Amino acid sequence: MSIHYFANPARFTRLAGRIQPWAGGLTAVLLLIGLYMALVEAPADYQQGDTVRIMFVHVPAAWMAMFCYTFLAVASAVALIWRHPLADLAAKASAPIGASFTFLALVTGSIWGKPMWGTWWVWDARLTSVLILFFLYLGYMALWEAIEDGQKAGKAAAVLALVGAVNVPIIKFSVDWWNTLHQPASVLRMDGPAIHSSMLWPLLIMALAFKAYFVTLLLARMRMELNLRRIRAMRLAERTS
Amino acid sequence: MTRKRRRLYIVGGFMLIFATAAALVLAAFEENIVFFYSPTELARMMEQQPIPPERRLRIGGLVVEDSVGRDMDGVTITFRVTDTVEVVPVKFRGLLPDLFREGQGIVAEGSMAGDGTFIATEVLAKHDENYMPKEVAEALKEAGQWQGDHE
Repeated sequence: MSIHYFANPARFTRLAGRIQPWAGGLTAVLLLIGLYMALVEAPADYQQGDTVRIMFVHVPAAWMAMFCYTFLAVASAVALIWRHPLADLAAKASAPIGASFTFLALVTGSIWGKPMWGTWWVWDARLTSVLILFFLYLGYMALWEAIEDGQKAGKAAAVLALVGAVNVPIIKFSVDWWNTLHQPASVLRMDGPAIHSSMLWPLLIMALAFKAYFVTLLLARMRMELNLRRIRAMRLAERTS
Repeated sequence: MTRKRRRLYIVGGFMLIFATAAALVLAAFEENIVFFYSPTELARMMEQQPIPPERRLRIGGLVVEDSVGRDMDGVTITFRVTDTVEVVPVKFRGLLPDLFREGQGIVAEGSMAGDGTFIATEVLAKHDENYMPKEVAEALKEAGQWQGDHE
């Protein structure tokens, strides 16, 4: 089965419609378990106290911010190189989701930073590169809207997405390459997690919940986009007949 | 060569060139991206030329144990910051963040006075990457496995 099997919009819509409720249900279940573990069961941190609970939203949101952008960049590359008709759609649909996760990561980070660091914001390499990521998402979305011709808009936006992809490894390694106020990675690091298992599990479940939420929203947005295109095509056909 | 293959090479080559350019730019701006200097870096900078008091900079390190005190005026806080090699004395008037403690990592913004004291206008606490419940931290301390409050 080639990647072109699901290029048929009708086939994709059928499949997406079947997966979407399951993804939505999984999101709800994981989110309930994750939030219960994070807000009730997980212990307070030895230094941060209860403020550590912000991390259970902040860290998965930040992971999703980078994951969505990677997805956006890969989909854009597939759209540019193989002209896969759904890749364009997937890239366009993922941008607002990624922008929202980035915004959530920035806001929760700020709320955590005030009591812990003593400041809402600093211009260190990690915070600045994430802010740039947020602007990349906004620019990508604006470019789609700015160019009327859908095909041209898709191509221009895909090029922007690929240019911005260089920012993703910069975000990830900013805390290792430069002195930053932001702490280095606690989970995805060479020596194994530096986070106690009683806090690691709620974090991982929250991360899975966010992933499932991404799939739910992505499928919904892609179906909506397909329907919009069909409406447009039907209107056009009506006018010409 | 098919058109798809050609497009793949064009996009791949473009990405490679762009990533290289970005890496070169970041390497060139290395000095400006650094958020703070360690006491060792500060000492090396001062060896080359004295830092004028109007230059704003940030230093980062651990607060030396038993170094926190108050000046005669009762509001100026004094402490020393170290990276375990060099030590910088710091003076600060203002509110300290919750996580400020001896042995804790901090970042201070301010300027160098002529006598080698760092006059801070803002002190931020730097949190490390370790997360654990209080009981675990105490158990580690008791067992002598504690790595200290620093990285």
